[in-house]
Amino acid sequence: MSQKTFGNAINDALSTAMDMDDTVFIAGEGVGVSIHLDSNMPTYGLLDKFGRRRVKDTPVSEAAIAGLAVGASCMGLRPVVEIMFFPFITLASDMLVNHAGKLRYMSGGKSSFPLTVRVKAGVGFGAGSQHSHNLEAWIAHSPGLKIVWPATVEDAKGLLLSAIFDPDPVIVVEDMMLYRMKGELPDRDFRTPLGKARVAVPGTDCTVIAYGMALYTAMKALEPLIEKGISCEVIDLRSLVPLDKTCILESVRKTGRLVVVHEANRFCGFGAELAAMVAEEAFHDLKGPVKRVGAPQIPVPVASSLEKVFIPGPEDVVRAVLETMNK
Amino acid sequence: MKEKQITPDFQVSLFTRMVLIRKFEEKIVALCRESYQLPGMQILANGQEAVATGVVSALEPEDIIVSNHRSHGHLLARGADLNSLMAEIMAKADGVNCGKAGTLHLSMPEINALMTSTVVGAGPPLAVGAAFAQQYQALNGVTVVFFGDGAAAEGSVHEAMNLSGIWKLPILFVCENNGWAGAQRPEEHSAVRQIHKRAQGYDMPGQSVDGNDVEAVYHLSLELLEYCRSGKGPAFMETLTYRMRGHGEQDHQHYVNPEELEAWALKCPIIRYRRALLNAGILDKAQIQSIEQDAEARVAAAVAFGDAGPYPESDTALTDVFVQAFNA
Repeated sequence: MSQKTFGNAINDALSTAMDMDDTVFIAGEGVGVSIHLDSNMPTYGLLDKFGRRRVKDTPVSEAAIAGLAVGASCMGLRPVVEIMFFPFITLASDMLVNHAGKLRYMSGGKSSFPLTVRVKAGVGFGAGSQHSHNLEAWIAHSPGLKIVWPATVEDAKGLLLSAIFDPDPVIVVEDMMLYRMKGELPDRDFRTPLGKARVAVPGTDCTVIAYGMALYTAMKALEPLIEKGISCEVIDLRSLVPLDKTCILESVRKTGRLVVVHEANRFCGFGAELAAMVAEEAFHDLKGPVKRVGAPQIPVPVASSLEKVFIPGPEDVVRAVLETMNK
Repeated sequence: MKEKQITPDFQVSLFTRMVLIRKFEEKIVALCRESYQLPGMQILANGQEAVATGVVSALEPEDIIVSNHRSHGHLLARGADLNSLMAEIMAKADGVNCGKAGTLHLSMPEINALMTSTVVGAGPPLAVGAAFAQQYQALNGVTVVFFGDGAAAEGSVHEAMNLSGIWKLPILFVCENNGWAGAQRPEEHSAVRQIHKRAQGYDMPGQSVDGNDVEAVYHLSLELLEYCRSGKGPAFMETLTYRMRGHGEQDHQHYVNPEELEAWALKCPIIRYRRALLNAGILDKAQIQSIEQDAEARVAAAVAFGDAGPYPESDTALTDVFVQAFNA
């Protein structure tokens, strides 16, 4: 074990995978030579360690980057490609949605696509809506794609290693706001299984599901709620597809209440799927309405005074929990 | 290695392949006309047989094909099994892709026809990946990607040509210029009339060829494949041909000048080659008739095979999404 940042943990996963398996290579805009000289950046130092054969800087061509991943994975390689900012995935979406997600099915199971797409995401740094826009619901809505979203240093490594060695296409979302967060990290190869949520904080009165940065928003809401005598159970979802229904339903059946938190737009966001799933499968265990905490239906603004309106805060989580508790 | 000298036996095999492709697709036309239960849109390459045959005959076994919505000829030239191919077009369980591809999304990795995309212009970025894998693993193969003049207008084709030019990937871009993108002429969808001239912009050789001359296509393919195989990078071939049957079988071709269609019918690659082989004394009329009858018999047998097979069981609709299935 050693103290590492979230960015180091991603780096560690990439390095571990590349050490283990020559079919693993990385590609993207600036994954070799970056504009940043910063050891917390996920691909820092990998060009020096693995060379230009396996660390491929690409032109600014998201369709070609994603096509590279689809075609190379169909040939048996394990590509790990990077999309620099989540909104730019729109430029890669034909290759991901129509090809990575569909070609195996349409081949009748003859072909497989063991590719990983690392997507840098997040709001809260004043970059505006063309660099900040969390589109996880789009991905989750497309058949044939898996999507995971680590919130801890340990999962940043464990989920990425699982994604790289998974036989199917996996999108791994990285909250850039977490890159400098520190935590204990095992040095060895270890895997966080895809499709397994984690009870981050046990509790009894209300289940709160969050992923990525939103997990910490949910955590900050705990103390004021405890002061009001309310005990929340926080689930770190980790994996949107596959979805760990068992973990969610067990918790909701225990608490009888659910609040979902994410930084994406609330309307048609992933929280809607969680709310609907719980309403269908655990309606009779619910003691109050399912509440969703998310962003308003606007593009991400630039001014910090406006961005604060966009990003859900702990007070929004507190309010949602109180509402479902009818307090 | 392929011979540069074309032997009479090889000429006969080129002719035989073209005839098989034509007879196969003519059968599909007939099945459509009979209101036969062929699902989806049937998109045929009638008149373009010399491109598929000329290019694919120049490939080595390890070379990869990435195809598009007009793929039957590419696959048949590559040696696809007729029965399971026809069964797939009928969407039967015995089809090459278990009834999940149909006519448009065929993939036959067993003959290195790795992927087909019907998203126009998506083939080239997929080919980038396949060719990268060949380069990365120091395989000797080349990836050939077929696309049309219409697809050449897609941004993804530009990205793929640029990236493969930078990385010197072993890709042969084959642009089948059949004179039409939907109902639009090249002058309406391409700023340059000679699409192969764009190759210059990506630092790769670009040449055009009479796409209805199977030997000319074969020779240019050999030359450009050798270039790609030698590690020099990608190359671009534009084959000038004509789309005889419209975009698909639902196309009314009301926008096509009948005289133009008639003129191209006279340039039919199969009629031309038949005449050439007759004149050269390589085949006589009886032998040609026998080749045609043999192709018809094989196609008829494939239709019978497809007819006899079942449609996929409904529970297979839920399989093959992921390698490791899970409950969604």
